Amino acid sequence: MQLTRITGNRLWILGAYLVAAAALFSAPLVFSDFRLNLLAKFLAFAIVALGLDLIWGYTGILSLGHGIFFGLGAYAMAMYLKLEASGGKLPDFMGWSGLKELPLFWMPFENFGAAVALGILIPALLALGLGYFTFRNRIRGVYFTILTQALVIITTTLLVGQQAFTGGTNGVTGYSTLLGYSLASPETKRVLYWVTVAVLIGIFILCRYLTGSRFGKVLRAIRDGENRVRFIGYNPAVYQMVIFTVSAAIAGIAGMLFVLHVGIISPSMLGIVPSIEMVLWVAIGGRGTLIGAALGAILMNWAKSEFSTAYPEGWLFFMGAMFVIAVVFLPKGVAGLFQWRGKDRKKWLPAWARGSGGKLRTGEKEGSVPQG
Amino acid sequence: MANKGAAILECEDVTVEFDGFKAVQGMNLQLQKGELRFLIGPNGAGKTTMLDVICGKVRPSAGSVTFGGKVDITRKHEHQIAELGIGRKFQAPSIFKDMTVMENLEIAMRQKRSVMATLFARMNSEDEGRLNGQLSMIGLSSKGSWRAGGLSHGEKQWLEIGMMLMQEPEVLLLDEPVAGMTDKETDKTGELLHEIARARSVVVVEHDMEFVRNFASKVTVMHEGKLLKEGSMEEVQGDDRVAEVYLGRRREEHASRSTA
Repeated sequence: MQLTRITGNRLWILGAYLVAAAALFSAPLVFSDFRLNLLAKFLAFAIVALGLDLIWGYTGILSLGHGIFFGLGAYAMAMYLKLEASGGKLPDFMGWSGLKELPLFWMPFENFGAAVALGILIPALLALGLGYFTFRNRIRGVYFTILTQALVIITTTLLVGQQAFTGGTNGVTGYSTLLGYSLASPETKRVLYWVTVAVLIGIFILCRYLTGSRFGKVLRAIRDGENRVRFIGYNPAVYQMVIFTVSAAIAGIAGMLFVLHVGIISPSMLGIVPSIEMVLWVAIGGRGTLIGAALGAILMNWAKSEFSTAYPEGWLFFMGAMFVIAVVFLPKGVAGLFQWRGKDRKKWLPAWARGSGGKLRTGEKEGSVPQG
Repeated sequence: MANKGAAILECEDVTVEFDGFKAVQGMNLQLQKGELRFLIGPNGAGKTTMLDVICGKVRPSAGSVTFGGKVDITRKHEHQIAELGIGRKFQAPSIFKDMTVMENLEIAMRQKRSVMATLFARMNSEDEGRLNGQLSMIGLSSKGSWRAGGLSHGEKQWLEIGMMLMQEPEVLLLDEPVAGMTDKETDKTGELLHEIARARSVVVVEHDMEFVRNFASKVTVMHEGKLLKEGSMEEVQGDDRVAEVYLGRRREEHASRSTA
């Protein structure tokens, strides 16, 4: 928070971020259109991971329902694209289902600005509603997580069941243009990639601010001891609601970008499995660090795509192995490897290999004094 | 019941039931402004439950707790009670272990507690001065940037006392602040307590009789959820009923200071 004291170390970190941002912006010079499109998709996933890290990594609340917030954003954008592609006529799948005119709730999505706003607002309001009933009643831990899963099941069931309004299992696809620009053209794709990079950086800076502010400290305090926070005078429920809502809004933004790169959204892309996968990205990248969460999403998806093309039969085993290795050896994720603080550095080594590690860890006396 | 001028906290006929078991039965407790009060009694007497009632953790099934002569706090939420100016320290040190010592004090500091306020809170030099002052008062000046979980048991207790003081409450509730401390740590905590009691009203639940004797202040004895005796340490020790239920059985144990 104290920007006046920029130490050498901070300068290095800032430099590294600038290099990373420059590399992301210049990626179109290196990658083929296909690869660039993949990377753009992964960057959208990185945005969800950032939002998920706010609620899970920093506040300690595990949401297994972020696929839904992501999906609602995606559907909002998909509905706009579908309407633009249909050129004033009824979207094809509605006709197949026997609808005669556009349902009322589709109307706002004819406007790009309204669609974008709703793509953020709908997930945010849904999260606010769920948060209002759970956090205020002190439903937390595994019970909250189960409720988010219930939300996933309800939403996907609704999307599949209401085929005439939502496109059912097939989802919404068949887009042509965005604001008049062809989505298939490499130029548009490149611009959309840059937009995604810019949004990712913007959200990263926002999250950085949130987690670095005193608000962020209260969130971490809630993670450490919600009751204690209450007896200091903060109302944890309000903080939890706010951060859950922000997290869902970020997922919605990511979903909108995802649809622009992928060209389809269907219930299977926001169900239980994708929701859990999102949590895995954060866990493997390193929860509680923003860069870890973002990198986790990109690396995991990159690995998934590489492994699945190289080893079409065995790739799932590789992914499983990666997950096991990360959980067993890297409790703080990949980002934990880079926290070169003396007392942590050698933790992952077996005891005999740590050598003088004990000396460095004098600060860790926890448990050596009998409590009470 | 008539208000007695300077009572900052007034508990009347407080009764607490847990599944039919009455942990506290018609307990009365009145705390004057600036008073240091010890709450003693054998295990299960309901001392901690009384603190829980005052800070809002437990809702009494009957009775009232009036703060500052006008506000009934039995229907308020914990965070509202804390905001009114009642601070609580639990028996086991409950600090935020993954945050630094300084951050622990920072969020405890008296300030606006709303999301909007904390989002845009800036640390000014006055705040920094207060935090550093508190840090040296609890003897942790050199450990401000330590992860709080890495502190020793005694240091954690002091940090928690420091956090409470940063809240600037009018009433402090301390639950066995010297439990598990070494003799030296106990002495230091005693000094802290003397300092704290100068400006605030304090209720301390304590088992360590030797520790209580260091303070010339009023003692309330509870037994089986009821008020047994109230008065100075000498009066309390001279009371036959007290000796019977509490001191008689424990005098030997506490002849030399117990630290466990």
